[in-house]
Amino acid sequence: MTIPLSYYLLLSGIVFLTGVIGVLLRRNIIIILLSVELMLNATNINFVAFSQYFHDVGGQVFVFFALTVAAAEVAVGLAIIIALYRAKSTINIDEFQLLKW
Amino acid sequence: MEQAFFFYFAFVIAAASVLVIAVRNPIYSAMALLVMFFHVAGLYVTLHAEFLAAVQIIVYAGAILVLYLFVVMLLNMRQDDRYHRQWPMAAAVGLTLFIEAVILTAMKGWTAPPVATGRETTVGEAGNTEAIGDVLYSTYLFPFEVASLILLVAMIGAIILAKKDPEAVNSEG
Repeated sequence: MTIPLSYYLLLSGIVFLTGVIGVLLRRNIIIILLSVELMLNATNINFVAFSQYFHDVGGQVFVFFALTVAAAEVAVGLAIIIALYRAKSTINIDEFQLLKW
Repeated sequence: MEQAFFFYFAFVIAAASVLVIAVRNPIYSAMALLVMFFHVAGLYVTLHAEFLAAVQIIVYAGAILVLYLFVVMLLNMRQDDRYHRQWPMAAAVGLTLFIEAVILTAMKGWTAPPVATGRETTVGEAGNTEAIGDVLYSTYLFPFEVASLILLVAMIGAIILAKKDPEAVNSEG
């Protein structure tokens, strides 16, 4: 393997950071969910890189489970977005402050 | 050659992920995410995880992203203000994490050689898919079943959440 493991870690760090900033910065709930997908993908890159590095397939199996959870998260999250939109006719995150202290 | 591929994939992944959060129109965001998913799949191929590359394209690009696009087009949304009020906090958190990443990667001795535990499951002659199947249906059988339960719960939850309130439907007609 000619590419050091650290390059993969750096790449997934950058992608994860982008996801965190997206969650904190954007107001559109759909973009926030997309940012969560970015973070999940960053961890998946990490898992696969380590799996290759340690010659252990377990890491790839874990990516499989992460994928399952991502699919479940998207289904439930988008259903919540539709329910929210039905209630308030907007998906701007600033409008939903019912639980704000 | 391998390095050229890695740097191409890494550059496109990073650029597309920045585009996802920077672009104003949600459709363009989703398209940038699609580009990123495809390049992540390519990165998996260079890492000899061919099965995951296929699953990445089928599940992420094929199912998850289409669901996003459906919802984006279902909801008639106005162009919203671009960024949240809490951008100073976002900058602080992002900067902290970035500095942490730089420090961690700049530290010496961060790539220790792999420790042989004697439990490695190497990808043999049979190929990547068979190796994953072997492990998935033996060592990870219980988590596999739990994953199916998670999918069932998510399916029921999504249907119930997205369904119209039955009383509201009845009163409408």
